[in-house]
This record gives sequence, structure tokens and C-alpha cells, in this order.
Amino acid sequence: MKTFYWLVKREFWEHRGGFLWTPLITGAIFLILNIMAVITAEVLGVRHGIQVGGENLQMLIAKADAGDLRHIGDGLDIAMMSAMGLVGVVMGIVVLFYCLGALYDDRRDRSILFWKSLPISNLDTVFSKVVSAVVVAPVIAVVVSIAAGVIQLVIYALVLSLHGVNAWQLIGQAHPLRVIATLVSNIPLYALWAIPSVGWLMFCSAWARSKPFLWAVAVPAVLGLLVSWFGIMGLFRLPTIWFWKNIVQRILLSVFPGSNIAYDDGSLTASADFGDDPLNVLSPLHTYGLLASPNLWIGVVAGAVLLAGAVWFRRVRDDS
Amino acid sequence: MTAVVTAHGLTKHYKNALALDDVSFRIESGRIVGLIGPNGAGKTTALKAILGLTDFQGELNVLGLDPRTQRDRLMEQVCFIADVAVLPRWIRVREAIDFVAHVHPRFNRAKCEAFLARTKLTPNQRVKQMSKGMIVQLHLALVMAIDARLLVLDEPTLGLDILYRKQFYQSLLEDYFDENKTIIVTTHQVEEIEHILTDLMFIRDGKIVLDTDMETVGERFAEVLVGADKAAAARSLKPLDERQVFGKSIFLFDGADRATLESMGEVRRPTVSDLFVATMKGTYA
Repeated sequence: MKTFYWLVKREFWEHRGGFLWTPLITGAIFLILNIMAVITAEVLGVRHGIQVGGENLQMLIAKADAGDLRHIGDGLDIAMMSAMGLVGVVMGIVVLFYCLGALYDDRRDRSILFWKSLPISNLDTVFSKVVSAVVVAPVIAVVVSIAAGVIQLVIYALVLSLHGVNAWQLIGQAHPLRVIATLVSNIPLYALWAIPSVGWLMFCSAWARSKPFLWAVAVPAVLGLLVSWFGIMGLFRLPTIWFWKNIVQRILLSVFPGSNIAYDDGSLTASADFGDDPLNVLSPLHTYGLLASPNLWIGVVAGAVLLAGAVWFRRVRDDS
Repeated sequence: MTAVVTAHGLTKHYKNALALDDVSFRIESGRIVGLIGPNGAGKTTALKAILGLTDFQGELNVLGLDPRTQRDRLMEQVCFIADVAVLPRWIRVREAIDFVAHVHPRFNRAKCEAFLARTKLTPNQRVKQMSKGMIVQLHLALVMAIDARLLVLDEPTLGLDILYRKQFYQSLLEDYFDENKTIIVTTHQVEEIEHILTDLMFIRDGKIVLDTDMETVGERFAEVLVGADKAAAARSLKPLDERQVFGKSIFLFDGADRATLESMGEVRRPTVSDLFVATMKGTYA
């Protein structure tokens, strides 16, 4: 266990730039864009003599009924989650390239000979890299997103109070704790959902003698083209798009958080109590329905098989 | 004495080359063995087999373990320095020590830090900011602090200047080596390690062509400086090698009678490099 902790720590040391600084910088850019938008709005408002806020807005809020206020709260929730959207996409890119390099870079620069001079099993090594990809990276991304989201909310509140609006009343309509819980609750799902991609990318990383990126992309792409061309899926009475969606996309793009939403086959409509609250799309009540989907578990099994292959190639590839 | 490494019929094929050809040898505990051979002779393959880094045919036993299947346990007892450039470039001195200290059960942190205190390395320095010589100092400090029974060095001083090279072997001898440890070393700078070796192995085209200890080398091989008048007589004794120096001939003999040799001229012990050159004659022809 101690060894494993240090193995993960080693991954963090090596990839501090991708795991920590990249989300931090993305979060900062997100906040800067927000501030710029606010400033632009202020400037435009002054130029065109539009009086934003003030008594008018205060009156509006006072007269708004419960339903309207709820919409304002929903808007704020979505705004807060949009930080995760941006950081999540960037994190997906980081994880994708991390996995491709994880078992390849040290073979290329021969530092694998140093790592292999220590009493560490290949299984532990690969497992520590998987945990870094599906736990460490998303946890950092979520924490950064939450921080950015909260700061954003505070900025809104400050700007609105400058216009004489009782911002806290407005923000009282938002559900920051629920947003936080929602984002955190999605980490374990992400970990499971990303396994087939992580498995495939690390398999290529351990197996390829050179250019793991090319192999990782070219093999599924060429297979997909062949399948499309010869209509092989017809043999299984499935449309060609099935292959692209359930094989190609799953092994390449599942490292992007939220990519599972696109696969919401039926469960979206099945949850009748979906309501008009946008948070419900990502709420555990809804998202954990994914645990019932065979797509998830078949992916986990396929990913585990690919990772076993990665461990095996980690042992036998002696090209350094 | 106990055997640290025993090999029987060790064979390794690469795609179209035979790297190890039915090799058998035995390395005892407390020895410093020089594994010497020309480029491509199979040295590195033999070391990789011992370290469990490659597959092979035949039997190999390292410290009672099979390197193919029990590699993780084996590496607690075995250390190796592949060559100077294999420490990861991103790692800092402090991180390297922390990491090894926590994953290696036989690592002695104080010893490592004491060794580093004698160098110019600082805890926050990254490997990519170091010269080759400094990298090998760090690597050696890490390795020497591990109480391993077998240390494998594959060209450890390649590309280092002579100060670093001397320091490297001196540190090994003074601060590391004792009768419970065994060192296997390959290098092309034979003359520099000649005086520290206890055993000598020559490898050529995947075969061990000489496997002996250094005392036997002195008894078995002899170099004679012979004047022109006795050169023909010397040649009739079938020397391994002959070369000319200042109008005299130097002959290298394997197992010739001492008294006969002394009657022909001045007898001395051949250096390992002369022996090597004589043994490997025609390798690249």
C-alpha cells in the first residue's frame, strides 16, 4: 500500500503540469473570461444608457414569483457548472495524452531501466497509472472547477450589489452545495466510464514500438472505415454507426467527462421525474442509472482485458 | 562459497541473430566479475537475462530465484545501473531519494545522503539540469545505499571523463563492496577496472571464451619480450599473439612452460586489454 501511494505520487510529480497546473490555468482563464464579459456588459450598458439593476431590477426581483426566482437559481447553477465544462474538456485532453505516454515515454528515454531496477511489480506500476488517470486527474479537476464556480458566483454577487441589487437574495436561489455534490458524485462514474479508453490508450502505450498516438487512433479508424465500407455490422443486424459509437468512440473519447451523457439510451426518458431542473441531468439520482447500463460494464470488462495486455507488454517489451 | 548466479545452456535468439549461444557459467558470492566482449557479443543480453528484463531459453538461477517469474522479489536483492543516462529527466534529487526510500525495503537514506553530501548535487536539482557525471553520482548514491547482494553495472561510466570514472570505481570499492556482495560489470575501458576485478569472463559471438579468476590469469598467461634471434623458437611454441615493439617481438602464451619462456626473454603478466585483443582477433573481420 505504501509502495502504491508513492507510485501514484511519482505520477503526480512527473505530470504536475498536466494534472495540477493545466486545470488551475483553465479555471483562471474561465474566471478572466467571465470578468471580461461582465466588464463588456457594463461598458455597453453605460454607452447605451441602459440602466442595469438599480431599483428596476430590485423591483423585478421583488415582484418575481417563485417560479421566476427558481429560473434565476437554475441559471446560476448552470453558470457554476460551466466551469466544470471547460475544465473537464481540458482534463479529457490531458488524460488522453497522459495515458498514451504513460507506458511509452519511459521506454523511449530508457528511464524504464531505472524504474525496473526497483522491486515494483508491473501490475502495481500500471495500476498506479490507471488510478492517476481516473481518480487523481478528475478529483483535481473537480476541486478546481468548484473553486472557480464559487469565485464566479461571488463575482456576480459583487457586481450586482454595485447596482444596488440585494445579491445575496439572488444567490440564495442558487444551490452551490448541490452543484458541488453533483460534481463530486460523478467522479466514480467517470472512473468506470473511462476505463475502456484508458485501457486501450495504455495498451497502445505499452505495445507500440513507436508513435503510440498514431496506432491508438489509426487502428480503430481503419477498422471503422472497413466496417463502414463492407457493411459488416449488417451481419449482426446493427447499423454501421453502432460500431463508431460503441467501439471507436468508447475506446478513444470516454476519457472526456460527461461523454456518457451522449449514450443515455432510454434512461433519460425513463426517469419520468426528470422535471425542468437542469441539475437533474447530472444529479446522482439520474446519472447513477448508468450503473444499470450494460454499456458501462462491458466497457469496464474490455478495459480490464486491455489493461492486462498492457501489464503483459510492460513485462516483455525489451526494446530499451 | 555460494553461487550468486548459475546459468546452464543459456540461449537467446533475436530475429536473425544468436545473442547467447548455449552459455553456462557460475558466479560466486563476494566476487567482482568483469564481463568483457566486443560490441554485439551478447554482454548486455546476458545481463538482461540475469535481471529478468528479457526472455531466454535455458536455466538461470539468480540468488535462488528465476528472474523470469520472480523478478519483483529478485529486485529487492539486485541493483543495476544500465548506463549513465537512464534516470528520468524530470525527477529531482529529493524526489528520487524519497521515492526509492519508500519503495525499496533495503534502502538506507542516511547512507545515500552522506554520499550526496560529498557531491555538488542539491536537493531541488532536476536530472535534466545535471551533467552526465552528476547523473551517475546520483545514481550511484541511490544504488550504494541499497543493501543488495548483487550489483550489475552495464557500461556504467560510458561518456564520463576520467575524474568521474576513477571516482566511480573508487567509491564502489571503498564504500560499497564487501564479501557479501557481488558485482558484475561490463565496460570497454578494460584497463581502468583491471585492478579491481577478481574474475574475468570474455564473451564473443554469444559464447564464453574465457572464464577464470585473476590469479589464474597470471599463472596461465604470460607475455615474453623476445629478441629477433629467438623469435622463431618462440613462434614454434604457438603463441596466441605476436606484436613488434622497438625491433623486439612480444609473444603472448597460454599455458606455456615458465622455464622455457624465461630462457627466451623477459616474462611478464599480460594486461587484460592485451589478452582481450589477442583473444578477440578477427572478430570484426
